[in-house]
Amino acid sequence: MKTINQHSLPGSDDIFRRALPNGITLLVRTNFNSPSVFIGGYLPCGSLFDSDEKLGLAEFTASALLRGSEKRNFQQIFNELESVGANLSFSAGGHTVGFSGRCLSEDLPLLLDLLADALLHPVFPREQVERLRAQFLTGLAIRAQDTAEMASLTFDQIVFAGHPYARPDDGWPETIQAITREDLENFHHLHYGPHGLVLAIVGAVEPEILASQVASVLGEWSNLSQPELPALPELKLLKKRITRKIKIPGKSQADIVIGSSGPHRKDPEFMPASLGNSVLGQFGMAGRIGEVVREKSGLAYYASSSLSAGIGPGAWDVSAGVNPANIQKVRDLIGGEITRFVEKGVTVEELADSQSNFIGRLPLSLESNAGVVGALLNIERFDLGLDYYRRYPELVRSVTPDEVLAAARQFLHPDRLAVAIAGS
Amino acid sequence: MKKPYSEYLLSNGFKVLLKEIHSAPLVSSWVWYRVGSRDETTGHTGISHWCEHMQFKGTPQFPSSILDRAVSRDGGMWNAFTYFDWTTYFETMPSDKIDLGLRIEADRMVNSLFEEKEVASERTVIISEREGNENEPAFLLGEAVQNAAFRVHPYHHEVVGDLSDLKSMSRDDLYAHYRNFYTPNNAVMSLAGDFKTNEMLARIRELFEQIPARPTPPRIFRPEPAACGEHRLTVEGPGETTYLDISYHASAAKDPDFFPFTVLDSLLAGPSSLNMFGGGGISNKTSRLYRALVEKELAVSVSGGLTASADPFLYSVVITVNPKRKPDEVLAAFDAEIKHIQEQDTPVAEITRAIKQARAMFAYGLENITNQAFWLGHAEMFAAYDWFLGYLERLATVTPADLQKVARQYLRPQNRVVGMYIPNGMEVQA
Repeated sequence: MKTINQHSLPGSDDIFRRALPNGITLLVRTNFNSPSVFIGGYLPCGSLFDSDEKLGLAEFTASALLRGSEKRNFQQIFNELESVGANLSFSAGGHTVGFSGRCLSEDLPLLLDLLADALLHPVFPREQVERLRAQFLTGLAIRAQDTAEMASLTFDQIVFAGHPYARPDDGWPETIQAITREDLENFHHLHYGPHGLVLAIVGAVEPEILASQVASVLGEWSNLSQPELPALPELKLLKKRITRKIKIPGKSQADIVIGSSGPHRKDPEFMPASLGNSVLGQFGMAGRIGEVVREKSGLAYYASSSLSAGIGPGAWDVSAGVNPANIQKVRDLIGGEITRFVEKGVTVEELADSQSNFIGRLPLSLESNAGVVGALLNIERFDLGLDYYRRYPELVRSVTPDEVLAAARQFLHPDRLAVAIAGS
Repeated sequence: MKKPYSEYLLSNGFKVLLKEIHSAPLVSSWVWYRVGSRDETTGHTGISHWCEHMQFKGTPQFPSSILDRAVSRDGGMWNAFTYFDWTTYFETMPSDKIDLGLRIEADRMVNSLFEEKEVASERTVIISEREGNENEPAFLLGEAVQNAAFRVHPYHHEVVGDLSDLKSMSRDDLYAHYRNFYTPNNAVMSLAGDFKTNEMLARIRELFEQIPARPTPPRIFRPEPAACGEHRLTVEGPGETTYLDISYHASAAKDPDFFPFTVLDSLLAGPSSLNMFGGGGISNKTSRLYRALVEKELAVSVSGGLTASADPFLYSVVITVNPKRKPDEVLAAFDAEIKHIQEQDTPVAEITRAIKQARAMFAYGLENITNQAFWLGHAEMFAAYDWFLGYLERLATVTPADLQKVARQYLRPQNRVVGMYIPNGMEVQA
């Protein structure tokens, strides 16, 4: 198995971490090889706070942050950003609202000022809110026609029934219609604040200088009303196989998603499940799934498995885009592979291949500033420790075929899978 | 100034471009062939793309399953793309593992098997790829516009090909195409990353120079005659959303007009990223068309695209129409903006701004080794790498007069195709 130079990976000796008194955590890694800077972060005000009636409020609020502030109107904000080729955007997930941006190093003070302005002083101009609403509604109309998105959304509804993860973060047409400008303002007033905000910055920057810049724009921010995120209810596991079909007329291809819930990111089963998932439907040309569905049978252009794990329960699924006439065949093939996977697990050789891939691809995933920002946020969000990426090869290597099999059996039950199909 | 890369021509005509970058322990290696959908005739559309798929199906030395596993085991990333003018294959791998990528490419330049059973299995995979594309209104509309824009030039058809040809082409057709075009003298190799140029060149010579040169068929030369009137077309399909695709015949990348055209696109629809990998674009909310269409609530989004191609292709603006508005209202507002840029002088500050935007996006692309190696070879497919190196400098020389000239010359109704995607059941505006 290959070795890698540990010191090219981020670690405690080159990650600068500072907790500001108001609850903000700043992470910085210097890269003077690059003329640009990437920033990313999150704060705990995601769609878990949304009511069913106004689902999409967190996303709507996040998207409206750059639509006008006390200091700048919409065109001024984007004129400042775009004039220097910089980028900044916000988007809501379940637990958090995430943001990311990039600029040339010389423009970082401007980017930080715009970030702080958007977070602290948005004014939600009525006209802009309506414009954004029209864009959301069109986005939802396009989503309703997208077989892959609708299959995925339907899959979540089955697997996470009764749990907030069953709901799409971008809501439904009727819930987007129900949201008022005042809702956005109230949501921001109540939920946005420095407590739990994490900001990661990578590029040609001096950490101490940067820390004082960040403190000057965000250090005074406080919000005593910020509530804790609501506790997640326990997920009810499926008791039998559930299949749901969504009809979207006029489509040449149908999408199919089959699977179940998966581990939390912090569960000890995460790494064995992740390596197992690689064997099942990632490694090489999409692992065993790619081999049987695409390579041997020629039934799909794409067929693979995925494991998404976060703060709460994740999803472990196999998806494919297929001709409507082949849906049953593909279902059978995927079902057969899942059964084989939970009955026999993976071979020593298959596991070694995926372990080697996980370790070998680290330099590629961390070559850019954006990649390192992602790694720093991952470390912080899941409390992995600053030396996580240096320990990572060992963590990967220590997984055994028995642990993979145990994880597979814990989460994937061939007789209790969710099956979602969208298409003509 | 010393060139930031090295260039070699091997005795068999294989061109090699090498650029050392030592910021990460990675190397990205690309082999480019001068063959793409423009080299296809009726009955064989999609053959270049299908050949590209078959290149992953193995040789006697590297059977198909071995290839994928070998690259993945080393933590590499590999893929291939087919376009109008070219087909390319790449591997980005840890520096000490790139030799595998070189060996694979030297081997599959001549030894791919194209086994009958693999051809049969890939036929349905590619048909499935096309069906997936057909699910997207943007694909259906773009294909119809492209077909209407090119009656004569082989840019007429989509890279994926037409369904009837995908059903009828044989293994022998595919293999003949492969043997015709996959020669060292019809290829360029580009590598960027953490290597020593002299060592890398020696290894490339060892692997590739023994492959004999062979004659390749001449490119189809069928220039598109000047358009003599606006084409309008509609595509009907499922959904609730109306789209407009307004495509003008544009200039080839080598043409001096391409640079003012790039600035024009930036002003109208926002700057386009040059970065194929890891670059990311920037938003276009202060562009003229965004302000005229989205801010006026005629549209919910607008984007523009100019393609760096060997022969003149299209400049396309794609608009998602606001559901409360009619496509003709949107087109009228679009035309007013075009007229404005044709008739009014553009402030120099607006051009300076476009240059700064391009400089930023150029810088973002430098972070990514794969992107760097991509451009080293890609520019050779329509011009030369100097085109890429001089890109920012050439943009900086664009004047308001250049911009106006290009806007007047190319953005004429007689030079365009206007396509509308109309949801089934919705009334079509005259």
